[in-house]
Formats: sequence, C-alpha cells, structure tokens
Amino acid sequence: MSHLLVWIVLLPLAGFLFNGLAGDRLGARAVSLVGCGLPIGSFTLTVAGAIALAAAGGEPRVETAFTWATVGDHSFEVAFYLDRLSVVMALVVTGVGSLIHVYSTGYMRDDPGYARYFAYLNLFLFFMLVLVLGRSLLVLFVGWEGVGLASYLLIGFWFQDPEKARAGKKAFITNRVGDAGFLLGMFVLFQAAGTLEMDRVNAVFSTGAPAGFSASLIGVLLFVGATGKSAQIPLHVWLPDAMAGPTPVSALIHAATMVTAGVYMVARLSGIYGQAPEASAVIAAVGVLTALFAATVALTQNDIKKVLAYSTISQLGLMFLALGVGAYGVAVFHLYTHAFFKACLFLGAGSVIHALGGEQDIRRMGGLARRVPTTFATFAVAAAAIAGIPPLAGFFSKDEILWFALASRSGGALWLWALAALTAFLTAFYMARLLWLTFLAPSRVDAETARHVHESPRSMTGVLIALAALSAVGGFVGVPHLLEPLLPLPEVRPGLDALETPLVLLSVLLAVGGVGAAAYVLAAGEDPAEVFRRRFPGLHRLVAGKYFVDEAYERWVTRPLYWVSDRVFLRFSDRRVLDGSLHALAALAERSAARLSRAQTGNLQLYAFLVLAGIAAGLLWSLRHV
Amino acid sequence: MSDATVLNLVLYLPVLGALALPAIPVRREDLTRALALAVMGLQFLLTAYLYARFDPAVAGLQFETRLPWIPSWGVSYQIGLDGFNVLLVLLTAFLGPLVVAGAFTAIRKDVKLFHAMVLLLQFTMLGTFLAQDLFLFYLFWEAMLIPMFLIIGVWGGERRVYATVKFVLYTAFGSILMLGAVIYLAYAAHAGSGVSSFAFADLYRTTLPVPAQTVLLAAFALSFAIKVPMVPFHTWLPDAHVEAPTAGSVILAGVLLKMGTYGFLKLGFPLFPDATRLFTPAIMTLSVVSILYGAGLALVQTDIKRVIAYSSISHLGYVMLGLVSADLLGIQGAILQMVSHGLTAGGLFLLVGMIYERCHTRELAAYGGLARILPVYSVFFMILTLAAIGLPTTSGFTGEFLVLLGAFSAAWQQYELGAVQPLALSGAAVLGVVLGALYMLRLAGRLLFGEARVPHQPVVDLALREKLVLGAIVAGVFALGLYPQEPLRKSELAARQYQELLARGVGAGGPARAPEARPPRPAGQTAGKTP
Repeated sequence: MSHLLVWIVLLPLAGFLFNGLAGDRLGARAVSLVGCGLPIGSFTLTVAGAIALAAAGGEPRVETAFTWATVGDHSFEVAFYLDRLSVVMALVVTGVGSLIHVYSTGYMRDDPGYARYFAYLNLFLFFMLVLVLGRSLLVLFVGWEGVGLASYLLIGFWFQDPEKARAGKKAFITNRVGDAGFLLGMFVLFQAAGTLEMDRVNAVFSTGAPAGFSASLIGVLLFVGATGKSAQIPLHVWLPDAMAGPTPVSALIHAATMVTAGVYMVARLSGIYGQAPEASAVIAAVGVLTALFAATVALTQNDIKKVLAYSTISQLGLMFLALGVGAYGVAVFHLYTHAFFKACLFLGAGSVIHALGGEQDIRRMGGLARRVPTTFATFAVAAAAIAGIPPLAGFFSKDEILWFALASRSGGALWLWALAALTAFLTAFYMARLLWLTFLAPSRVDAETARHVHESPRSMTGVLIALAALSAVGGFVGVPHLLEPLLPLPEVRPGLDALETPLVLLSVLLAVGGVGAAAYVLAAGEDPAEVFRRRFPGLHRLVAGKYFVDEAYERWVTRPLYWVSDRVFLRFSDRRVLDGSLHALAALAERSAARLSRAQTGNLQLYAFLVLAGIAAGLLWSLRHV
Repeated sequence: MSDATVLNLVLYLPVLGALALPAIPVRREDLTRALALAVMGLQFLLTAYLYARFDPAVAGLQFETRLPWIPSWGVSYQIGLDGFNVLLVLLTAFLGPLVVAGAFTAIRKDVKLFHAMVLLLQFTMLGTFLAQDLFLFYLFWEAMLIPMFLIIGVWGGERRVYATVKFVLYTAFGSILMLGAVIYLAYAAHAGSGVSSFAFADLYRTTLPVPAQTVLLAAFALSFAIKVPMVPFHTWLPDAHVEAPTAGSVILAGVLLKMGTYGFLKLGFPLFPDATRLFTPAIMTLSVVSILYGAGLALVQTDIKRVIAYSSISHLGYVMLGLVSADLLGIQGAILQMVSHGLTAGGLFLLVGMIYERCHTRELAAYGGLARILPVYSVFFMILTLAAIGLPTTSGFTGEFLVLLGAFSAAWQQYELGAVQPLALSGAAVLGVVLGALYMLRLAGRLLFGEARVPHQPVVDLALREKLVLGAIVAGVFALGLYPQEPLRKSELAARQYQELLARGVGAGGPARAPEARPPRPAGQTAGKTP
C-alpha cells in the first residue's frame, strides 16, 4: 500500500468522526465495533509496516500527505516517517491502545456517555499517531497539542463534577506552559537548521550545531515542553489530578502512551541532544530528581490510582535519566516495557475499583486476592515487573538504565546512579505495599460492598492477561539492540566494564530488598505509610502533601496573576487611568462648552465684530504664507 | 459580464438591497429578513467566484475599475482586488449572510431599519477594503461609522448611549487626525511630483522627507491603532461590544477591527517606510503589551461577552506583531490571523448571542453544565474556544504559529546584529498562548462544565438555522487550519510587495530586514515553490 502510514493515522480519526457524529444514535454495539475495530486496523497496518521496514533493512519510509503551507522559501509539509524508532512507538501506541479500547467496552459499558467516550479515545489515538509518525517537528507538535486536547476532554469526561473538569483544565494549562518553551525551541531550531523535518535536523546537527547556535539552548527549550507533557519537575503537578478521568484513560494516556511523548521527542531529536551536553545534563538531573521525588510521594498515598500516578512520574523520570546520559535506546526500552506493566497495573486497579463499586482508597480494601483472582494474578505480575524482579520486563530495562546512569561516558555519574538505585528500591517497596494492602491484607471492605465484589467481565480480564504476559516476557525483546543502528548506545567510561555483572546482581538485590523491607513491616500488620507518619510527622506531612508544589504555584503564580489582572490592569489602569482621564476630558469639554456658550450673548454687534476679526486674521495669515 | 463589473456588483449589491427594502410592507418582517439574506448570500457567491478567479501569480490589482472622479484634485474612483484585500473581502462577504441569519430572532424592533443599516455597513466595509484611492478610502472609512453607530445606539443594551458616544468619539478623534494627514499627504505628493493623485499606487511611489513621514504616520497610526484597538486606545471596545446587539458585535469583531490592521498593512507602514522603522520598537512593544494585557483583562471578566471582547485585543496584538516583524512568515501569518480572528470571534459572539436570547443574561456565574443541557451548542462552543486558543488544525493555530515564528525569525536576526529587545518581546509574546488557554478554558469550563444550571428554564438546543450558521464558521476555521496553503498563496505577492515597500525609503541602505538580507541557510533549505 502506498499510503500505509496515512491510513494508520486516519483510521482512528474515522472512528472519532463516526462515534462523535452518529454514535449516540447507532447503539453501543456499533460504537464498540467501530471504536475498537479501527484501532485494531491501525495496529494491523502498523505490524505490516514493521514487517516491510524489517524487509527493507530499516530504511525509513516517508510519505508526504500534502503541503500545509508555503511561505516564501519555506514549505511546511505534512509528511509521515516510519523508521526503527517510530515503528516501536507506533506498535506500542496501537497495540496497547487497542487492548485498552477493548477493555473499555467492559469498563464503560453502563456509562451514558459511551459513544462520546470512544469518540474521544479514537481522537486521542489519531493525534498520538500524528505525534509519533510525523516527520516534521511541526507535525509532531500538532499531535502533541492534539493529545493534550484529548487528555483534557477525557480527564474531564465526567464534566458535571467541577473537580474533574478543573483537573482537565489544569492539565491543559500546565501543558501549555511547557508548550510555550517548546515553541521557542522550535523557533530557534528553525533559525539554526532552516527546516523542522527531524531527519534533516539530525543530519544538520550530525557535525555539530550550526555556527552561532547552541544545541543546548534548543535542547533545553524543547525539554521544557517535555517536562509538561511527561510530567517532570516542575510541571508534574497535573498528572496526579488527571486521575479524575476514567481508569482506562489513565492507563492509556496518563501511563502508557501520551506521557511518554516527551521521551520520544528527545530520542527522536537525538541528533541535537548528542551535541548538547549541558542540556543532557539538565535532563538527567531533572529526570533522576523527579524519579526519586515521585517515588517518595508514592509511598505515602492511599488512593490506588494516585500511587500509580506518582509511580508513573517516577518511571518517566528514569527514562529521562537514560536520555540524559545518552542511552536513548534504553530510554525507549523502558518506555516500551513500562507501557505494558503500567497499563496492566492501571487496568487492574480499574478492575478493583469496578469490583468495589467505585472505592479507590486502599485503606478500605484488602483480601481481594481470592475474590478477584485474575485481577490479582495479573496485578502481581505487573507489580513484580515494575519492581524489577527478574526475569520480568521491568528488570531488563531498569537495570540498563542504572548501568548507563553510572557508566555512560556521556554524563554518567555516581550520584545519578545512587539516586536511581534508591528510586528502584523505593519502587519495589511501595509496589509491595500496594499489592499487600489491596489484595493480601485482611479485608477492610465494608460488609455491604463486600457482598457485591465480583471479578470483571472477560473483555477486561482478557486484556489484563495479555498485558501481564507482555509484562512478563516483553523484556526479552532487545529493543536497544534493534534501535542501535539509529540510536547507538553510549560508550562506557574507562575502567567500569568489570562492574557490569556485580551491578546486575545489585539491582536484583535492590528489588528484592525493597519487597522484603516492605514485607517486614507489613507482616507485623502495620502500614509502612502509617509508621512513617508516626515516626517522622513533619517529614511525612511534607511528603504526603506532595512537597506543597501545588500550594506554591497557587500562591506565587496563580494568585498574583489574577491579582495583577484584576487590580492593576482592570481596576487601576483601564478604569482609573484610561477611562478616568477620558471622563475627565469629557467633563472638561462640557464645562468649557458651558463657559464658551456664554459668549453667545445674542448681541449681533459682537458677532459681527468676531466674524470680521476672524476674516482679517485669516487674510493676514495667508498673506504671510502664500 | 466582466470580472470588474462583478466586483462592482459585489460592492453595490447591499445598497440595492437597502434601496429595495422600503418596497416591502412593514408587517412582512420575514420578507425583509429574506431579502437581506438573499442579497448577502448572492454577494457572497459572487465574491467566492471572484476569489476563485483571483490569480495569485499576478502582482497588483485585479478586476480593477478606475474612473476619473474629481480630476482637478486627482481623485478617482478606483477599486480592485489584490493580495492585501482579497481574503478580507472574502471574509466580509462570508460573514454577511451569517450575521443576517444569526439575527433572525434576536431583532424585533425596527426590523427594516436594522437590515438597511447592516446592508449599508456591509457596503461601506467592502468599500474600505476595495478602495485603491485614498480619498475614496477615507470616505468609506468615515461612512462606516454611521451605520455602526446606529446599530449599537438603537438596538443596543442598557448602557448603549454611553457606549456609542465613547465609540464615536474615539474613532472620530482618530478620523480627524487621519483627515488632516490625508490632505497633507496629497499636498506633499503634489509638491514632490507635480502630479495630483490620491491613488495608492502613486502614493507608494512618493518618498517624503523623514520628519514629514513621522508626523503623517503618527496621525495615521493613531487612527488605525484606535480601530485595532491597541492598548492603550482600547477602552471603547469592551463597552461597544457589550452594548451592541449580537449582529453588531459579530461585525465589529469580525470585520471592523481589521480595518485598523488593514490600514497599517496597506497604508500606514508602506507609505512611510522610514517613519515605520522609527516607530517599530514602540509598535512592537505595544503589540506584545496588547497580547498580554488583553489576555490578563479577559481573565478577570464576569460577563461572557467581555471575555471575548478583551480576547480580541490580545488576538489582534498578534496581527500587529506579525506586521511590524516585516518577515514574510509574520506578514502572511498576520493576514491569516485577521481572517481567523474574524471567524472565531465572530462565531463566539454569535454563540453568546444565542445563549443570551435564551436566558437573557450574560453573567458567567449564572451558567454551568451547559454540555449536558445544550450538547450541540456546547460542541460548537468548544470548537470555537479551541480555535481561539490556537489549537493545531484550527485557523487560530495557523495564524499564531506563523506570526510568532515570523516575529521570532526577524528578532533573531536583529539579535545577531546586537539588538536584544525584539527577541525579548517576541519571546514574551509566546506567553500569550498560555494566557489564551487560561482565559478561554476558564470561560468554557464555567459555562459548559460543572453542575447543570441555567437562569431560565426551559432552554432548547440550537435550531437548524443556528446550526447552519455555526457550521459554516466551523468549516472555515478548519479549512484555514488544515489547508492554509490556498489562501496564503493568494496573499503572498502582496506580502512581498509590502516588504519591498518597507525596504525603500530615504534611510540609507534600506532596513536590516530587507528580504535579501537574510543570511544563507545551512543544509535543509527547501526549494521555493512560489510561482
């Protein structure tokens, strides 16, 4: 097919239009059929594309759809690009995406907004594929903003709850802050490279940044966009709130795919970042700090989805750490394994919430292992995978990140490794806590709810099983190796080769140690978060309060902005100064008119005199000047 | 019929329509509306035909009519389409029938007079865009004020008298300055070349001494800046918008405000290139201030209409930013942004009008959860909100993106020559995209989401007529967002001509921003595709 990529992108768009315009009239069956069928169609085409790509030895496939705009010498084209990197992303997006669509047919079955839900989900997939397959940074940006829109609509899906609608808005605005940086980065890049097509950009930068330009400046500006989309410090604040959306949305958009867009973008532009050591150092530092920060918060959360949300932020941080030390392929590897186990965890959480009739607080769960066995088993596999227990998928990718954090010649350092290792330990710890409190601990479910606990329908458990299987074996696909021709791994710092095997053992130890430490506390019948609160009340308040970042923004950004707009712009400048002086002027005119009107005395002689005087003055003036 | 005749027909159709109105019996309001709609519809079809016939490869005027009018002064009746006005004429003709159809149920008082005024306003607006002679331009420019004055003053809201007085005084003040400048300009051009002419083409060829340019541009600029409006000449706008009936607001936001930016594009900057260079830092600053200040004001409004009114100030700031950048991307973006704003702001004002007709209040706090009660309405509101935010695939993105990229490109080159201020300003302008999302989503969120709440029960969702009107606007929004290539081609030669006009002047060596002054690009240069 000559327009394979175009079709991959367009199928979900057709689903959006169909479900959005006609879905409500055609019934749930048609909605599910179209809503799931077209994404599966996209997935099938992507597989075909992958096979063709392999047959072509990895030679990228380019399809130009149309020219969006031509201005002078610059032509902005809508073109799609399939290479080793975008094919991995596209497979994850359409594959996991299709599974979650199927899961949604069960989860959202009774929702009155069923058609609208699938329309939005298809819309998301469309924009995500535009983002992944776009050849130009501009097309990527179209997808980038588009997925933000879909995310906004889906977070606020139950819009009648003002809290949920607000969460959607917060996500959009926070992302827009990042996008402002992204736009500036794009503008500077345009000056430097004269094009926004990413393969060409990478080629331009292959021999260093063009004269007069700093690759790091461009890199940092674009990374600002990534901190928004991928929820890194300081723009991470929207993601926990985004859990207000339906749980499958959290799995697809806010765990597996959209939030990894920033990681993908950096990997896509590895040509720039390879020439930008300062920007890379910033990325590594922000990544590892975010990873640790979010892991500590995850320890203290009691909402099952919030734990997973902070865990996502943390894992994304690890991906950025890998990018920052030049291990682009490894970051994509973790992105890929993370998509499986985190989607599985979120969907499992959805199944639990479903079983408990909407309960999300893990303090009111427990003892569910026997009641929802499939959910439990799959959740356990995925939890072990994210904890880094070998030979599950998460172990491989995380281990490689730890290794390059220390050993990469482009920025690896001991402190990066140490913080990442601590994060890995904490990850195992909080996942063990979550698994225990939800499924294994004695039940704290109230009697009424307990009677209705039920395993989810097969459309949901089937997807859970598939994702758990992928979480188990997905790590055996050597993604970094597949990507190596495009994204070579960084060299290893001299003298560190010998450490590789001991470090592998150490990562296993960290994972097992984390689980063990949690088990030690939990076995005593205690919630580690409770222990933490008792022992260190001050510190706990800080961590459980998410370090009060939201409060700081509220106080130092939002309120001043409104204050200035209202008090300074509106009340002072617009009303007092501008309108005030206008009104004063008008009053002055009125008063002088009143005074001047006294000259209209009715005395004809005075009028005649004034007329004559005027004529005389006019004549005099024209004699002088003409 | 020659195309030039068709263009004249387009211009005078509304007058013919207005003259035919008295023949309709007073009671037959439906016939009045139908006639006005038919006239506007025909006018749009003819304009669309001319647009299709407009050859983007031809520089200068097409479908031109030039007749001597007052030969002793050198005034002629000259109209025509060129790259500067073709898109704006199309926009005006496009909005015409929508304005009439949108007012079917809203206007109950003096229906005939109202439609006569709308038709005359349409005539004067088209005349202003089409005029190629400064004298003619000025006549249309001034005449425009009268029907607008009446539309707000007769069919407006409670404080309509205050609003009209403010509107008229502001614009009349600008007009008087412009009149003085027009007379002086014609006089100076005569003194320079010995030929009396008000034709733009002739005026473009005159170069005045810098001090004269400065005074003249100051006069023109003030007049145009009031119309745009640029901060700090903007306080008439929110009052005029809030008091105007929906049709008035749509015309005001859709077309009238573009008179200011069009004036800068066609007259102000190209006529006085040296003075423009002097003024550029100030105008650029005011543009960015307008973007941010307008957005800040939109953020704290409690009246739905005021939010959109202030957002216009912000959005037209982008247009001005693109124009002063003198970068081809920026100019083209500015032209597109004018059209885009006409569609989005026009559409949003129509939506406000529709909810006002149903519930009789514009207080934002009175509403909530409309997405549940009025789903179709809400979908349209959301789409136009997103277009106003500048989401990709909508027209708002095309305009904003090209303007910001162009402004940044120009600023970067000046930065390489040592000037930091333009770069800082164009960087600050990017913050507008954040604030834009903030105030528009605040508006849409409060209106559409949350607990369902309307001040007036029962409300019914959009009627077919309303759906068609909004559907047309949404189609335009996506057309410009997805495939701007076509309209951009139509205006490209004019944008280049504008650049060339700016590059001339007595200032030695021309400006740093002449198109050929661009340094050669490294690899990755795409070949020019322009005809």
